[in-house]
Amino acid sequence: MLLNIKDLHVSIKGKEILKGFNLGVNKGEVHAIMGPNGTGKSTLAAAITGREGYDITSGGIEYKGKIINDLEADERANMGIFLSFQYPVEIPGVSMTNFIRTAVNAQREYKGLKPMPASEFLKKMEEKKNLVEIHSKLTKRSVNEGFSGGEKKKNEIFQMAMLEPSLAILDETDSGLDIDALKVVAKGVNSLRSEENGFVVITHYQRLLDYIVPDFVHVMYDGRIVKSGGKGLALELEEKGYDWIKEQFDN
Amino acid sequence: MDNEKNMNKVLDEFTSGDYKYGFYTDIETEMAPKGLNEDTVRFISAKKNEPGWMLEYRLKAYRHWLKLSEPDWAHVHYPKIDFQDIIYYAAPKKKKQLGSLDEVDPELLDAFSKLGISLDEQKMLAGVAVDAVIDSVSVKTTFQDTLAKHGIIFCSISEAIQEHPDLVKKHLGSVVPHTDNYYAALNAAVFSDGSFCYIPKGVRCPIELSTYFRINAANTGQFERTLLVADDNSYVSYLEGCTAPQRDENQLHAAVVEIIAMENAEVKYSTVQNWYPGNKEGKGGIYNFVTKRGACRGNFSKISWTQVETGSAITWKYPSCILMGDNSVGEFYSVAVTNNHQQADTGTKMIHLGKNTKSTIISKGISAGKSNNSYRGLVRVSKRADNARNFSQCDSLLLGDKCGAHTFPYIKTANKSAIVEHEATTSKISEDQLFYCQQRGIDMEKAIGLIVNGYAKEVLNKLPMEFAVEAQKLLAITLEGSVG
Repeated sequence: MLLNIKDLHVSIKGKEILKGFNLGVNKGEVHAIMGPNGTGKSTLAAAITGREGYDITSGGIEYKGKIINDLEADERANMGIFLSFQYPVEIPGVSMTNFIRTAVNAQREYKGLKPMPASEFLKKMEEKKNLVEIHSKLTKRSVNEGFSGGEKKKNEIFQMAMLEPSLAILDETDSGLDIDALKVVAKGVNSLRSEENGFVVITHYQRLLDYIVPDFVHVMYDGRIVKSGGKGLALELEEKGYDWIKEQFDN
Repeated sequence: MDNEKNMNKVLDEFTSGDYKYGFYTDIETEMAPKGLNEDTVRFISAKKNEPGWMLEYRLKAYRHWLKLSEPDWAHVHYPKIDFQDIIYYAAPKKKKQLGSLDEVDPELLDAFSKLGISLDEQKMLAGVAVDAVIDSVSVKTTFQDTLAKHGIIFCSISEAIQEHPDLVKKHLGSVVPHTDNYYAALNAAVFSDGSFCYIPKGVRCPIELSTYFRINAANTGQFERTLLVADDNSYVSYLEGCTAPQRDENQLHAAVVEIIAMENAEVKYSTVQNWYPGNKEGKGGIYNFVTKRGACRGNFSKISWTQVETGSAITWKYPSCILMGDNSVGEFYSVAVTNNHQQADTGTKMIHLGKNTKSTIISKGISAGKSNNSYRGLVRVSKRADNARNFSQCDSLLLGDKCGAHTFPYIKTANKSAIVEHEATTSKISEDQLFYCQQRGIDMEKAIGLIVNGYAKEVLNKLPMEFAVEAQKLLAITLEGSVG
């Protein structure tokens, strides 16, 4: 199993957000995590990727057969875990090209490889930029600086394509996207799907799942998964909203 | 918060790095007796075989210095300096005239190679003429022939006093008079050596001129004097880079740099300052009290200061421009990094006297550890400086929560047509930025290096190529405590 999360409890500043979360992801699978706001979806992404301040109080995250609870964020990234951020940050003065080259070479160094030769790197970047239809001028600009909402999200998928992760977590990748950008982003993600990697797609709306078709859909509420099903579950949620789930569990 | 704790931990680790250039070269030195009086001044002047007018100049400065008191307005704190407890002159003992690098003291060459600036390498690879100053006396000057062909004079100031007395007499003290301030007076009285450069009319200096300074003997204050004259329609780019060996006592350093740009002349002066900053408890380190000033005498002249300041326990330095000529331009680009217990009070003065004069100030302060970093700047527009323009941008970046950043901008305009703009920002390296980098596989040390270099890029871009690479590494070393 690629990712195996068992009875995970996570607190932020002493407040418990995840309350016994379970999820298993095999290679080749796409899992969608849906649910109303404030149920812990982004906390889940932060906990898997090792963000500071998210304390695992019990339970465990197993990735490629190894418990990664205590690993630093950069080590988890180097092991092949990628997060497409909901709100990508700006890093002034650091060009996108320099940034992604630093990341690519950091991951190569972790694997004991030499830095990627410049010509190979530029060729790969050209190819991946085309995949998500981003302009060359964007990679010359500082990381996310002056990018539109759509460009930021495309840029996340571009980085994913460059880093070729084993496990990709997409946190609300559809938020702030118009339909054209959404299609481009989905096309990018779909082209990266393979038998060797897995995806966890966190989304509030079913819209994205029309384009990135999941194998499993899970509904989160109050810090855990309360309902799982196939692709059809997303459509049911779209139709009925989340209230019926809330009612079911609040009572 | 956990994250902050963690970041502080990492910063603590970075800051605990040993000073990379802390070694000591054992070269026999000839010293003046401790303390300062008229005899000391006479001793220095005699040692250097100076003409009478030079001795008179020194004595006049010394007598004026006696009437002054130490300035205390800067935002820095240090124990009172005992000026009688300093040795004012130390020189490597003179040996026979050297014909080639092979004849240079091997220990000296070794010291250079530890600094990564072997003269040989410099000569062959970089095409940079190096006037190397070790303990106050120039040891070796290269590329004289190339420069001579263009009529460029680039030598130690002592040599210039002997060989080009008219030029020195005319310009020395004309931008920074001995009456200017406490340390300028002290420097004028006891300066040991430094560099002199004259670019004749219409000459574009074909290579970047470079001086490496090095403070080397214990208890020796070093007082360099640099004079740079660019005549009409000339151009020169001048690099100054510094390192000093590790030492427990504080060492006083009070240099004076004067630049004169005549009509349509351009001078670029770049500095990387990397002196011993003291240990992480704040013990030792250099006191760097410098007066640097350029005069744009001619119309359409331009003086540009670029500095990367990472060293010294205390930095007190305001490279300035006096824009006398109409349409003259002054620029100041600065990155100042303070870490551990370092204190920096640095900035610039732009004095607009001529019409249509323009100045730009870009200052990037970076504070880490328990350090204090202040920007202090003055923009003054005189009555007759019609259409003067200034743009100032002063940014501060904080790493951790124990350091301080301060901005003291002063603006005085006496001409209604002046346009003066000032922008200032203070930011911290955010956890979001660090996590974003880490999530891509970049560890925290590298991430901080990346973010800091990005922040300082606007200034680093102004440095000559080879220097920019060195400066980037230096920023990383200063903040990471690891060899970059």
